[in-house]
Formats: sequence, structure tokens, C-alpha cells
Amino acid sequence: MSRRGDRPMVPKAQFRSYYGRPIVRPAPWTHDIAAYLFTGGLAAGSSLLAAGGQLTRRPKLRRAGRVTALGALAASGYFLVADLGRPERFHHMLRVAKPTSPMSMGTWILTAFGAAAGAAAVAEAASLVPSRLVRRVLPPIGAAAGLGAAVVAPALATYTAVLLSDTATPSWHVAYPELPFVFAGSALASGAGIGLIADPAPPTRRMAVLGAALELYGAHRIETTKGLLSEPYATGRAGKLLKAGRTLTAAGVVGAVLGRRSRVVSALSGLSLLTASAMTRFGIYEGGMASARDPKYTVLPQRERLTEPADGQ
Amino acid sequence: MGSNSLYGPLDPAPDAGYTDAPPRMGFFTDTSVCIGCKACEVACKTWNAIPDDGFNLLGQSYDNTGGLTANSWRHVAFIEQPRSDSGAATGVPGAFAGLPTGPSASAQSAVIAATTGADTGTAPGLPPAVDALAAAGTVDPQLFPAAGTGPQFLGMPQTDLPGRTSDAPRTDFRWLMMSNVCKHCTHAACLDVCPTGSLFRTEFGTVVVQEDICNGCGYCVAACPYGVIDRREDDGRAWKCTLCYDRLSDGLMPACAQACPTESIVFGELASLREQAAARVETLQSQGVDSARLYGHSDDDGVGGDGAFFLLLDEPEVYGLPPDPVVTTKDLPDMWKRAGLAALAMAASVAVSFLGRRG
Repeated sequence: MSRRGDRPMVPKAQFRSYYGRPIVRPAPWTHDIAAYLFTGGLAAGSSLLAAGGQLTRRPKLRRAGRVTALGALAASGYFLVADLGRPERFHHMLRVAKPTSPMSMGTWILTAFGAAAGAAAVAEAASLVPSRLVRRVLPPIGAAAGLGAAVVAPALATYTAVLLSDTATPSWHVAYPELPFVFAGSALASGAGIGLIADPAPPTRRMAVLGAALELYGAHRIETTKGLLSEPYATGRAGKLLKAGRTLTAAGVVGAVLGRRSRVVSALSGLSLLTASAMTRFGIYEGGMASARDPKYTVLPQRERLTEPADGQ
Repeated sequence: MGSNSLYGPLDPAPDAGYTDAPPRMGFFTDTSVCIGCKACEVACKTWNAIPDDGFNLLGQSYDNTGGLTANSWRHVAFIEQPRSDSGAATGVPGAFAGLPTGPSASAQSAVIAATTGADTGTAPGLPPAVDALAAAGTVDPQLFPAAGTGPQFLGMPQTDLPGRTSDAPRTDFRWLMMSNVCKHCTHAACLDVCPTGSLFRTEFGTVVVQEDICNGCGYCVAACPYGVIDRREDDGRAWKCTLCYDRLSDGLMPACAQACPTESIVFGELASLREQAAARVETLQSQGVDSARLYGHSDDDGVGGDGAFFLLLDEPEVYGLPPDPVVTTKDLPDMWKRAGLAALAMAASVAVSFLGRRG
């Protein structure tokens, strides 16, 4: 029996597995967590916007930022609790503070941020209160709380990257050097998006450009420099989401810069940036989940590590 | 925390703060003597009162459990494998050293064996079946002398020794079985990332979930490099092997090891198990089983060594194990550093945005 001349044989499998079953387990999370990645980032970005508005005396930006931060915070709380297997035990998160658990650190970051951002948002309602004393006392409290929230905000926006990376999910873990920059940029861009809708002042445009640059650069690195583990980010649903996110980010930045004379174009750019931020988060989430579901992404990089001579550890 | 708390060789119980901790306990699972009886699965379910995992036919040889889950803390893997697939081709000298080389027991002798002895009146009837191969004239009467003329081989258990009588030539087929379990890692990612303190290190160096604390966040599930710990669907909490913490505390052996009829699962002090395993591997290799190897036995691997380690007869991934697992928290200090840099970049971006000229 000659093999020569026959149609090409099916290429031999590059790796072996147990009936094709996954080795690592995908996180048992729903899209609630992807949604939280967006709302948490939005809360952080808009509270930074609010602090900027507060310090440079732009009340419209301040108010929009604080109110958005509170709304995004409430949504975040809902998504996080709803995703627990035992939602009524959410407060068990407050039993410990563990630096080795990004989720524990995140709980405390979110708690601190929530108290400050909540107080800042409530202070925005000062003018609606009939009591003169309250009207006088609230704004300074809000100012202090707003600055407090802004101090915690960068931690809130970036710890979620550590949260995803500190898992055995191959494409999340391998992305740990760049993922915080993607999330920081995405949070900035979404905060800037709120600013472009509320009051497209020059700082919001600059914030949009810087945020988008961070997000696009980081995502590009993750999608191109991780070898086989970049693949889940370029294919399937994750690939589509990240591509759409990239396009919308670019469109949002171009609109924000070129459409500065038009409120409508600025607002549309802001909307575009917000949608792009959400899509990037969902894309990163989906890409990691896909990498956990296929044993190839667990076995092949580890095999490669074993065959290469160990260098310096 | 010691210098090796996140990565590297370590004795976990003292590192977790136990003074006068008992010796670290663990499992050595020797797959070369596993017969796939699943007594370990049953004993584990019974002792720990674990709910069923669904009654599925998975088409994975005799494995209808599928893998380790919240409801299966021991899992017996079955791998049907032509030996040429295992990387050691049949042409390799010594690949079959020590194995019987004659043909397998004949189908006919098995049928005869099944009907010898006193007639009880309940012998299974063997109607002369229509044999399609024989009818088509494609069957070699040398190989199947009974084909088309008499009773058909129904797959009854053989009572003759393999290779005693002639039928078909012996193939290079082999069957691997392995009882998988939680590895009770020296550096347990599940334990590191647990945000409630539900997972804890016991005085025996094992890792256990406290079900009254777990709130089902699912982080441990994604963190485990072996895909062991899992969230139970209708219950919402994470579950896994406890190495029978309750039995250990009373000086008993874990249920699976107690039930194992071939001592494939050996329970004991980790230090002596490692010596035993090294000797066993040496014996197997001296008998020509070159594929015998240990997995998870070394302090220097990516998880600082497993509390439950294995003797395997093929690459780990064939059994559904990762070839080179590394605890994800090894990189955690770097991850926090990168996040800190990104946070600074974020704050700087906002400052630059708002400090620029008013346009």
C-alpha cells in the first residue's frame, strides 16, 4: 500500500489530550463579569473626569462625572453580587484582606471608592435640599469625597486586569504585562466619552486621545505578541468584539478631535468611545474564556516551555 | 510570609503558621497497577455524601464520569491506545520486551469454556447467526475457523490465558487507567486567590474548602492549573477533594485509598511516599517499562510539588493533566507592579488632559 500519490493525509495532531477535554477550567462566570469590567472602568474614568472638572471649575463635567460614577458603581455592585454562587453571602468578601487575592483587594478598593464616589454624587444634590445648613456643608464634603474617589479610581480601573491575569486561563495570564494598560485606557476613554456628551471641553478630548492610545496600544500588543495565545483574541466572538472595539475607538477619537465645533459630533464620538470600551472588555473576557475551553492553549505553550532549555530561573 | 511563599520549595503547613505541624500527608497514585475498578470514586462519593454527576454515556471508553468536578472528587481516566501512538513506536527495540508475544485467546475457546461443565439448563443459546463477512467470502477461514459455521463470539470473558491458543495476532494495543484527584499543591492557586478565606491550609499540608464560608465567587475555579476545583451548579459553592480531612483528623486513611484493591492509591507521609515512588519507577524501568515516570513529585516544579502525585505511563496530557503547570500567583508581584504602572499612567493622563491650556 503506497501512501505516495494519495491525497494528503490528515496532518498528525500537534498535541495529545484526554478525549479533547479542556485541562484548565473556564471561570464559572457569566457576562455579568464582563459587564462589570466595563462599569467598574466607567466609574473610575468618570470620577477622574469629575475631579478634573472640579479642580478646573467646570461644573458640568464635575456633575456628569459624579452622577455617572454613582450609576456605574450601582451597576457594578449588582453585577458582582449577581454573579456569586451564593449572592446572600456577598459580605463574606469582607472577612479578610488578602494581597494574594486580587478579588479581595478589589473588594476593598471598590468599597473605599464606593463610599467616596457615593458621597461626591450625593453632594451634587445640595441645591435641591431646602435646609441652608445642608446646602452649605454638602459641597465641601463633596469636593473632598470627589478627590478621594479620584485617588482610588486608577486602582479600581487597573486591579480588574490583575483579577483576570491571576488565573490559569492561558490567554488572560499571558497578557498580564499589558492588560492593566488596556483597562486603564479603556476606563479613561469611557470617562472621556461621558465628558464629550456632557460638555466637550478640550480636556475631555485630550483624555479621549490619551485613553484610546493606551487602550489601542495595549490591545495590539496582546493580539500580536503572545504567539498561539494571541489567537483566541483574533478569532471567534472575541476577535469580532475586539475588532469592532478598535474601529469604534478610532472613530471616537477622530470624531472628538475633528468634530470639536459640533456638539452632535462630539456627543456621537463620546457614545462611540463608550461602546468601544464595553466591546473591548467583552472581547478580552471572551478571548480568555475561549483559551480555557480548548486544551491546545494549555498543552502547547507548556510543551514548548519544557522543550526549550530553561533560561535563568 | 517566607521568601518562597508564592513560588519555590516550601513546607506548606509551617508556612501557613502551624507550629508543631504533623508531617505532610498525601497520595501516591501508581497508575501502573490501576485496574480501573472505580472503587475510589464510589468510596469517595459514599464517605463524603457527594451528589451524582449526572448519568451520562460519554463514549470515552469505560469513563462515564468525564473528569474531576464539584461532584466527582476522584475520577478514573481510561485511555485506549495503540502503543505506536504513545511515541514509543512498536518498531522500537524493547517496546514489547517482557510482554507475551503469541496470539490472543481464541474466540472459540472462550465459547467452549463458557459451556463446559455440568449442563445447568441455563446455558446461553448461541443461534447460528448469519455472518455478513463469511457470506461475502471475505473472511479468512484461517483466522476465523468458526465463522459462518457455528456459534459466534459474543465477547464473553475469556477463561484462557492470553496468547495460549491461536486466533488473531496480538496487537500493540494498551489500556491506561488513572485515578485523578486534587493535587493539594504546595503553592495552591485556589487558596491564594480565595477572597473570603474559605479555602485554607490544614495542619497536614492539604487544602480544604469551608463550605459555610464559600460564597461561590468562582475565582478558585479559574485559578487552578489542573482544572480540579469546581462550582456545584445547584448549590453555588466550590467543592473539591479534602483528602478526607475528617478521617485524617481521626487517624484514618482517606476513603479512596482505603477502598483501592490494588494499592494503586497509596496514602501516607509525603516524604516516604516520594521514596516509595522513586523505587517503584526504578523497578518498572529496570523491567523495560521505559515510559514510566513520576508527575508532581518534585519540589522544584511550577507548583512547588504536589501533595498528591502520580506514576504515569505516558505524557501527562494524555491523562488530561497539564504537562508543566505553574501556579499563577508566581507572577502576582509583577502583575501588581504592572497594574501600578498603568494606574500611574492613568493619573498622569488625566493630569495632562486638564492641565493643558484652556482651548
